[in-house]
Parts: sequence; C-alpha cells; structure tokens
Amino acid sequence: MPIPRFWREIKQRYKGIGSRCENCGKIYFPPRKICPECRRESFQKMEEYELEGKGEVVTYTKINEPHPEFEMLSPYIMAIVETEEGARLTGHLVDADIEDVEPGMKVEATMRKLGEESRDGLIYYGYKFWPLDR
Amino acid sequence: MKPKDDVGIKGYAGYVPKYRIAPKEVGDVWGKDGELMGRSLRINSKSVPSPDEDVVTISTQAAKWAMERAEIDSDEIDAIYVGSESHPYAVKPTATIVAASLAASPNLTAADYEFACKAGTAAFQTCMGLVSSGMIENGMAIGADTSQGAPGDALEFSAAAGGAAYLIGSENILARFNYTCSYTTDTPDFWRREGEKYPQHGGRFTGKPAYFKHITNCTNKLLKETGKEPGDYDYAVFHQPNGKFPMKAAKKMGFSKEQIEPGLLVTRIGNTYSGAVPLGLAATLDQAEPGDKILVTSYGSGAGSDSFDIVVTDNIEKVKEQSVPKIEEVISKEEFISYAKYAKFREKIHDGGA
Amino acid sequence: MQNSEKRSMTEVHNLRDVAIIGIGETQIGELWDKSLRELGIEAGLKALKDAGLHGDEVEKLYVGNMSAGKLINQEHVAPLIADYAGISEVPSTRIESGSASGGMALAEGYKAVASGMEDIVVVGGAEKMTDVGEQEAKDILSSTADQEWETVFGATFDSLYAMMARYHMDNHGTTKDQLAQVAVKNHANAAKNPNAQYPRETSKKFVKNAPMVADPLGMFDCAPISDGGAAVVLCPAERADSFDGDPVEIVSLGQGGDHMAVHERRDIGTMKATERAAKKAYKRASVKPQDIDFAEVHDNYTITEIMAIEDLGFFEKGEGGRATEEGKTELNSDISINTSGGLKAKGRPVGAVGLNQAVEAVLQLRGEAGERQVDQPGYGLIHNIGGTGASAIVHILRRWS
Repeated sequence: MPIPRFWREIKQRYKGIGSRCENCGKIYFPPRKICPECRRESFQKMEEYELEGKGEVVTYTKINEPHPEFEMLSPYIMAIVETEEGARLTGHLVDADIEDVEPGMKVEATMRKLGEESRDGLIYYGYKFWPLDR
Repeated sequence: MKPKDDVGIKGYAGYVPKYRIAPKEVGDVWGKDGELMGRSLRINSKSVPSPDEDVVTISTQAAKWAMERAEIDSDEIDAIYVGSESHPYAVKPTATIVAASLAASPNLTAADYEFACKAGTAAFQTCMGLVSSGMIENGMAIGADTSQGAPGDALEFSAAAGGAAYLIGSENILARFNYTCSYTTDTPDFWRREGEKYPQHGGRFTGKPAYFKHITNCTNKLLKETGKEPGDYDYAVFHQPNGKFPMKAAKKMGFSKEQIEPGLLVTRIGNTYSGAVPLGLAATLDQAEPGDKILVTSYGSGAGSDSFDIVVTDNIEKVKEQSVPKIEEVISKEEFISYAKYAKFREKIHDGGA
Repeated sequence: MQNSEKRSMTEVHNLRDVAIIGIGETQIGELWDKSLRELGIEAGLKALKDAGLHGDEVEKLYVGNMSAGKLINQEHVAPLIADYAGISEVPSTRIESGSASGGMALAEGYKAVASGMEDIVVVGGAEKMTDVGEQEAKDILSSTADQEWETVFGATFDSLYAMMARYHMDNHGTTKDQLAQVAVKNHANAAKNPNAQYPRETSKKFVKNAPMVADPLGMFDCAPISDGGAAVVLCPAERADSFDGDPVEIVSLGQGGDHMAVHERRDIGTMKATERAAKKAYKRASVKPQDIDFAEVHDNYTITEIMAIEDLGFFEKGEGGRATEEGKTELNSDISINTSGGLKAKGRPVGAVGLNQAVEAVLQLRGEAGERQVDQPGYGLIHNIGGTGASAIVHILRRWS
C-alpha cells in the first residue's frame, strides 16, 4: 500500500476513529461524509467518533492460505466483529484457539503490525482483536 | 536529585507477549544442557513476541492500559518518551506512533531513548523533571524491548520481550517519586553497532565491573543521600538480566529475598531489557499497600544505573477495583513453542520465497 | 408513461427487442499457448461465424475484462482486441465490474441495440490469468475486495467467502456435505462439456478431504484460475431471422448493488445485490422464479451457488443447501443449475464468465446442449456477480419467436 494512502488512515487504523451522524446518532466506521440513512439531512453533520474497541464476533474463518505478507502468521483466524456501537469491522483474531471461537464471543481491539512495505520499508500498524477474557 | 514539587505515578501497566520458550528447548539445538543453563540463570522460560508484535505494539498496549488506570484523557498527555534497544526504526521514533495511537497528537513533546536496559528509567527521570518543574502536567514514560540474542549465544536463553508504561504527573498519584539518582560510566560490557542485528558482550566482564558495580554504587548513593537503610523499604526492584544477579546484589547490599520477590519476573518471562525494571515495579505496585516504600535500581550496559525512592499513596487502593489487568494476569497467559517456531518468529530463519 | 404488469420492458421503455444471433467460446483452462488477444478474437470470430457475419457489419464491440492491467500489464484492451480481430475501426469499450465484467458488458451491448443506437454489436469477454504465478493471480482477484478495510487486515478473497459460508452454516444449518454436493453436481455436468477446464466427475469424499483453504472452504470448494474467452453477437430481434444462428432473445436484465465490504452487510448469508438484480429482471420480464427452467449462477465457491439459488428466488432463504442435497438443482430436476459445469468445473476466466454463461444459455434454448440438454426449456437465467457481491447482474433469456 502506498505511503500517503496508509498515512491518511492512521486515525482509523490506530484509534478506530469513525463518525457519528448528528441527525440520527448512528455510528459509522470507517468515517463517512454523509449518513446513508439520513442522506441530505446529514450533510456537514457528521462528527468524529472514536470506537471503544470492544465488540463481539459475528462470523469467522481460519485461513490456511494467506497472501504472502501474512505467511509468517499462518494459519490465523479472521473475523467480522460488531462493536458495541454497532459498527462492523474485519480483522485478525489473535490469542484465540479456533475451537473456542463462536459467534457472540466477546473481543477487544489491540494494536499489532499489519505488515511492512519491505524489509527496509515502512511498517504498517493497525487493529487486530483478542478475546476480552484473554 | 530531588524533585522540586510533588511528582509521581498516576497510572501504570505492563504487557508481555504470550509465547514462551524453555531453556531446554534452546539448549537441545545447540548441544548445551539447557536445563542446567536454566537452573544456573534461574530462568524457567522467556517470552517471545509474535511476528506481528514489536516495541511499538507492546508500548501501545501498555500505554493504553496505563491511561485507563490514570483515568485521564488522551489530550492531557504532554510528553511521551519510549526507552528501548530494539526500536523498530533506527530513525523514526516509536514515541510518535504511540502518541498517534493514544490520540495524544499533535500537542505533545516526544522522543525515543536508548541506554541498553535502562532506557525506560531514563524516561522516568525526564518525565519527573518536566512534571516537577511545572513545565508539563502529564508525561508518559515507557520501557519496552524485543531484544535478541545471536543463535547459539548465551543470550538466547534470556533475551525476551515485554514492556511497561507509566503515566507520571503530580495530582491523584498512586505513588510518589521522592528522590532519584544515577551512576554513569563508560563501561564496555555489552553493545551493538549500528546496522548489526545481534549485540556483543564481554562474557564474565558483564558481572562485577558492570552490573554489580553500578547497581551497588547507585543504590548505596541513594541510601546515603536519603539517609535510609535497606530495611526501611518494603520492596526493592533491581534490574534482572537473569534470576541470579539481582538476588546476589540484593544479598550483598542487605536486601532480603522477600523484598525483591514480587518484582522478580525474570524467572518466568526472561530478561525484558528496558521493560525489566518497569515491569518489576508494576508487579510490585499491583500488590502494594498505602505507605509502602519501594526502592528501584535499574542497570543499562554501557553503562549506568538509575535509582528511585518511591512511596505508595492511599490512591493505590483504587487499583484493586480497576479492570486493567495486573502483571500476574498478563504473564500467566503462556504458550510454549519449539525452537523452530521461535527461530521463524524472530526471523533467524526466513522463508525461501521472501 | 404507464407501467402495467402485462407490458414488456421493451414496450414500457420504448426499446427494441434484442436477440443473440451468434455465440462462440474458447476452451477454458491453463492455455499457455494463447495470449489475451488470441483468446478474445478466437471467441469473437467463432461468434461471427455462427451468426454468418464477416465482421464489417459490426458497429460496436464491448469487452468484459477484469484485470488485464495487473495480469498482463495491459490497459485499454478493447481496441487491442478489435485491432487484432481485424476491425480496428470499430468503436470499442472495456467494461469492468470484478467478476461481473462479462455480464455487465452484455448489459451494455443490450442497451446499445435496444436503444436503437447500434444494430450489430459484439460482446466478448476474455481473461488471461496464467501469465502470472498462481499466488499473484489470487492476489489480483482479491483486489476486488475492500483493500482498505478487508485485505490490508489479512482477509483473503477465499476467507471472505469462507465467513459467508460459516455464517450460512451457523444460521441455516447448511453443512459441508451440502457444499460438497454443489461441486459434485457441477463436475458431473462439466464431464459432458467439451470446453470445460475439468471435464471429469468428482466425489463428495474427495471434495471434503481437500486441503483447507479457509475453513470451511477447502481447495475443491473454490473455482480455479483460468484462461478463456467467450462472445455473443447481438442484433435487433426483428432482423434476427436473416442471420444464420438460431436466435435467442434477451427478455430482460436487472442489475443490483450492495456494500463493498462483507462486514457491512447486515445478513452476511445473503447477497442483496443478487436479490435486487433478480427482482428487477423478473419484473421487467413479467416472470417469476418458478418460470425459470435453468440458470447459470455464479459459483466461484460452492457456498456462492447455495446463496445464489436462494437470492434468485428458486428456494427459500436457508434452504439452498438442503435443496442441493436433495437433488433439486440437478440436470432436469426442479431447476437445472449450472448445466455447463459452472465456474467451479467449467472454469473461471473472470471477464469471460458472464459471456460463458450466455453461451450455455443460448445452447440450451436452441436445443444444442447435447448430453447436458434441459428438456424443452422455456426461460433461462444467467447470474454474474462482482467481487464479494457488491455488484450483480441477471439476464433472462428465451427462444426468439
């Protein structure tokens, strides 16, 4: 991923900063410029909103054949997580055994390395999830 | 060095990766008696970071929890200093990434420190100075490492990963820094040249002229300048490159096994370098009672020691109710791995396609 | 303008009826000897021959191609194919919508003829996936998922579908056996298809014991990486009888959209893009799902076929797995699904897939499908999706009379 593209999204990747529609109160991640529900009513009414980082697993899988950048961690668990605020994210579930994972499992966000541009290039950090009762 | 005004710890927390490797596992590969090594070093296991962990991620997790403990907002952080000898970048500070992930950017000062295993306590002293002089309200001092030993070297038995973060300020403090002093010399016991992957060390030279000389001189200096005796303290936390050195130093200086026990984590997690003393202090604070007195002396090769005289306040009671995990909880999450996996994780071997 | 149920889409919108008068497709597989342009023109020339045309009658060319830019470092592929086919003066446009590129190109071709702007239009699809290594080809397929919010975090294309499968299994009781049955059926159909990449049968045991790619999907739950090309020739239906090929009418089409990231979809076991596309297509054709006799659906994974037959309205939501297990989607059962062998067994040359489906539909409706022939088919449906389901397109066809 090119450097400026990654840098633009640091707030999202490190801190889970999304947006909240001042009109209806719905929380979105990643941030949006307008609320799909309120549309025109929400124009210029979307405020920054930081996700707490806690949520639960909606669905998951165990990846045995990852992309090359993720070979070191293979096999690993990928999950779709719904946060307490109602936003949904896709992320790697760490520190969990596949046997213990099930929809509804409580998880929390933690920062990990997502990858790097190259051995001497930039390092990409971002959110992963671990079980709340780790 | 006496702080001008009240300064102390408002929040603290530590993080250690879950993977472990046992000395026997390391010894078997290199034809050494790993179990014997382990016994002589008093190390039963050491922590190994996952390939997706590094000093940045360890510092960030510890700092997040420390913030939770301190109960302040991220925009109240005025400074962040991260001490390590395994910063992911030689140029580009870990501290700025930690700042961004705590949403403390951009109104703060930040920098990275290096002083072998005592870079973390160097950060403590800086924050103490900035806070007690009134220049800042809150400063975050972090010591964390993911240090490496060369394959086959004795350090492979002990070099481990972990770190702890301290939010230092003047109000609502859980423990007060009464006094600090340092003992600094040019001693070539352990070093790593720019661009080199693994450090070099002076073998037995790292004992008496290095670790023991500095730890003892610095601690004794603190005792003298504060007019105290070892027996005046409830706890003592010393740097722990293995389980043997701190016990020997403690005995020599007149501290008891009971005093250093709570802060001695090396037996279970190995030597976490700049994270060692911060983690040991955190484990001690986890069980401290109001009024407890703690002496802390760190050691960093090159070489130097920092000593601290700390007294715990009534506010420590609230730590008991907080949901931030205690050090015991963090380090009891263990998963043992083989040398092969350890070598892969620590990039001592690479996949051919890379 | 009044919108009555009884009037056809073309009547309502003042359009011309459109027929397919020629079809052509290449062998599908790892075609080391053939380049992208060769695949494109082979299919196109076969289609022109089938229609009895020379080439100078062609007024417009649409090319469905997902990723020539990444796969062979070539953009601007439509004029490239036109040129190589000897008709460089013909205006050409490439259409891209992930794996739905072919279906979307067909839709554009349809609109050009239906609107009256062009008479003879060729729509082709081609993809050359094997010039890069297998892993790279998979990475490029993955680029149709959400790069910012899915793949950068470690999700592979396979894993996104695997999560849909897990969700479907957890919520509807779909089993791994039922997933495997999709592969078994499609391979049995492909065994009767000379152009298929894998013209041989397989067994449930073989599919279930395959190495895991992303639980619960194993290697044989996934469509292959393929090279291939396919094309159709369109003309206004009123002129169809003056050409050689047996004409088939495109009765209606419908396109639908959905969230890019799988996690945004409230019901992860449903592809709303398919539902929306199908609803429009049915309404415009004034037909119901029960009226469809056969369908080529997008089975890039076994789970995708199961979701598709539900979302297209052939079976109730959640019943797709059971229906497959009970044989209700076999050749000449309740509804014949993927008689060609589908993406799974016939192959998946991405940009050509939508046109491969059209070719099969035409063969069926002409009665030329050989051993795979559906009995007296009335209406056929083809279904093509892009990425993980953010776009979908459905066409309904029947014999022209």
